[in-house]
Amino acid sequence: MMFVPGNNPGMMADAHIYGPDSIMLDLEDSVTMAEKDAARLLVYNALKTIDYGDTEMVVRINPLNTPYGKKDVEAVVKAGVDVIRMPKTETADEVRELEAEIIKVEEELGCVGRTQIMAAIESALGIVNAYEIATASKRMMGIALGAEDYTANLKTPRTPEGSELLLARETIVVAARAAGIACFDTVYSNLDDMDTFRKEVELIKNLGFDGKSIINPRQIQVVNEVFAPKQKDIDKALRIIAAIKEAREKGSGVIAVNGKMVDRPVVLRAERVIALAVASGILNEEELS
Amino acid sequence: MRNTKVVSLEEAIRRSGLKDGMTISFHHHFRGGDKVVNLVVAKLAEMGFKDLKLAASSLSDVHAPLIEHIKAGVITGISTSGLRGELANEISHGLMTEPVVFRSHGGRGSAIANGELHIDVAFLGASSCDELGNASGCPRSENAKSICGSLGYALPDAKYADHVVVLTDDLVAYPNYPKSISSCDVESVVIVDSVGDSSKISSGAIRDSKNPRDILLAQQAAQVVINSGYFKDGFSIQTGTGGASLAVVKYIKESMLEKGIKASFALGGITAHMVKLHEEGLIGKLIDVQSFDKVAAESIASDQTHQEVSAVEYASADNPGSAVHALDIVILSALEVDVDFNVNVLVGSDGIIRGAVGGHPDTAEDSALSIIVCPLLRGRIPCVVPKVTTLITPGAGVDVVVTEYGIAVNPRRPEIAERLKEAGLKVVDIHDLAAKATSVIGVPDPLPFGDKVVGIVMDRHGKVLDKIYNIQ
Repeated sequence: MMFVPGNNPGMMADAHIYGPDSIMLDLEDSVTMAEKDAARLLVYNALKTIDYGDTEMVVRINPLNTPYGKKDVEAVVKAGVDVIRMPKTETADEVRELEAEIIKVEEELGCVGRTQIMAAIESALGIVNAYEIATASKRMMGIALGAEDYTANLKTPRTPEGSELLLARETIVVAARAAGIACFDTVYSNLDDMDTFRKEVELIKNLGFDGKSIINPRQIQVVNEVFAPKQKDIDKALRIIAAIKEAREKGSGVIAVNGKMVDRPVVLRAERVIALAVASGILNEEELS
Repeated sequence: MRNTKVVSLEEAIRRSGLKDGMTISFHHHFRGGDKVVNLVVAKLAEMGFKDLKLAASSLSDVHAPLIEHIKAGVITGISTSGLRGELANEISHGLMTEPVVFRSHGGRGSAIANGELHIDVAFLGASSCDELGNASGCPRSENAKSICGSLGYALPDAKYADHVVVLTDDLVAYPNYPKSISSCDVESVVIVDSVGDSSKISSGAIRDSKNPRDILLAQQAAQVVINSGYFKDGFSIQTGTGGASLAVVKYIKESMLEKGIKASFALGGITAHMVKLHEEGLIGKLIDVQSFDKVAAESIASDQTHQEVSAVEYASADNPGSAVHALDIVILSALEVDVDFNVNVLVGSDGIIRGAVGGHPDTAEDSALSIIVCPLLRGRIPCVVPKVTTLITPGAGVDVVVTEYGIAVNPRRPEIAERLKEAGLKVVDIHDLAAKATSVIGVPDPLPFGDKVVGIVMDRHGKVLDKIYNIQ
C-alpha cells in the first residue's frame, strides 16, 4: 500500500504505474491545514478521472472530530473510493461513527455497502482495543499500525530493529486473524537505507502481516521480493494441493507428502503460498485449474 | 622548431584564404563549455567577413552570441546536428533567411566525405597540440586545461577541409603522439587562453537517478534488452546519457553478472558508467566518438582498448565499415514518438528547436535492436502522439518503445513482441499508448507554425526528410 500525498497531482496521476497493490491518497498528515479543502477536491477528481486499473484505492481521511473529517467522507464516497482509512483509531465506537457517516452518503447515492473501512491504530489505547476495533463493523477489511504516533504515545523512539513495536505488531496480527480481516504494517521512511527496510519487511512478513505500507515506489520491489514465495515452497505447496485432490478423489482420509503427514494447517499454509504466488505473478490462475 | 605553424588567429585566418560566402566548420566536443566558436566568429566579424556558412557538428546554449553575428550578416547559413537555448529560440522564430540544415552525426560525416558538405576552413579546438599541428583531446602536460577526450566529430573536418586551423590552450613539444589529428592535415596552429571549459562537458560524476519514473523505465528497458534475443555473450551496446539510459546499464549489469554474459564493445558517446563496466571486464572494448565526461576522457587517454573513432567510422550510412553496422542493441531517448514509431528528438512540443539529431537515426537504422525509452507523459506534455512534430528517425528503424504505461513493439518485429510477452512483460499497442496520453491530458491545440522554413532535416542518406517551420 503506497502512501501518496493528496495535494500532489503529479504523484497522484502516476502512482499506479509502479504497480502497488493499493494506493492510499492522503488527506491527513501530508496535507497542511491551509490545503485541506484543495486536497479533498484534488483527490475527488483523481478518483473520478484517473484510470487506476485494478489497483485498490484507499483514502486516508482526517479524523471525524476535526472540521474536515465528515467532508472528506462525503467527497471520497461520492468519488467511489474502495476503502476509507480512518486515522488514529482508538475505540470501536469511532469505527461505528465512521460507518454511520458512510451509510449517510451511500444512502444518498443508492449504493449502501460499497465502501470498506480500514482502521489505523496509532496509540496504546488503540492497541488495547485492537480486537474490538477489528470487529466493529462488517465493513472492516483490515487494520494497520501507524508507528510514528504510536511510539510518540509510548514515549519511546523508533529503533532500526523495532523492538518497541513488537507488542503492537503482534497484537494487530492476532486481532486481525481473530476477526478474519487483513493487517498491514507501518511505513519505513529512510529511503536511503534499503537494507534495514528489507529486514523490517522480512520481520513483519514472518510476524504474519499481509502487507507493508510504503512511501516511495522504490520500496515496492523489496516488498514484492520478500513477500513472493520461493520456488521450492511453491513446488511443495502444489504437491500438497495435488495430493489433497487425489486423496479426495480416492476417498482416502490420511494423506502424506514426501513421507510427512498433511494435516489441516499444512493445507492452509499451502493454499496461502499459492495465493501469494498468484498475487506476485509467479503463478497464474489458469495454470492452477 | 624550423617549420612552426604557430601563428595568431588573425594570421591563420588570412593564410587560410577564407573569403565571404565560404564555409567554416567546428566540432562540439566541449559541448556546453565550448569557447572556440564564439572566439573565432567574433574575430571573423571584426575582420569584416560576411555571408559565411557555419558547419558545426553541434551547437548549444553557449553559442547565443551567434545571434548578433547572424543579424549583422556575418553568418548567413548554419548546418548542425543540434541547436539549443536562445539561438535555437530565435532561429525557431525566423531569425535566419536561409534554413538551418540538420544532419545526424553519421549523416554529417558522410556529407563531408562525399563532398555534399564542403568545408573551406575548419577551426578545431584541441586539448593539446604541438607546433606542427599534431592534436589531441587528451592532456599531455601539467598545463593541460581543457580535456575533452575523443575528437571523433572533428576528424572528418580535419581530413576533408581545404584548410585546417587547430586552436589549443596547451602547446606541447613535438611529437604530440598519440595524436587524433595529424600534422599533415593541419595548416596553422593558434594558441588561445582556453578552448573550452571541460567541467561543462558533463557533471563529471556518476549519479544514479533516484527518480522512480526513471528507475521504472530503466528496469523495463533492461528487461527488454535481456529478453530480446540479442542478450548473449559477445553482444554490443550503445546507450544515451539521460537518467533512464544510464540506469539501464546498471540493471543490465546485474543480469550480465548473473548469467556470465560479457559485451564485446560499447559504442558512441562514452560515459563513466561504460568505463566502469569496461574496467570490470564486462565490456571488451570502448569505441568512443565522444567522451561524455571526465572519467571517459581520462580513460581514452590511458587505455589502449578504449579507442577513438571518427564520425564516419562511427555511423556513416555509406560506409559498410562503420561501427553502427556491427551494433546489436541501442537504447535511445525521444521527445516524441508517434503511432508509426517515428521519433522526434529535435523540436519540442512547443514548436521550438531544443535538441539534437545526434546519432539517433544512424544507430536506430543500423543496429539490430533499437529501444526508445520515453515517458508517456512529461507533466502535461504527451510523448506518444498521433504524429511527431518533426520527423528525425523514421519508424522503420525503431523496434521497441518503452514507457511507464507499457512496452510497444513495432509490428515489423513480431518475433521480439513474442519474446517479450513470453517473458511476462506488458506489451501494448502503440495506438493504445497514444490514446492513454490523450485520455489523461486531452488533445493539445495545434502549434501556431508560420509558413517560413527555418530548418531542413536531412536523412542520413542525404535526402530531405522533413522541414521545420517558424513558430509564431
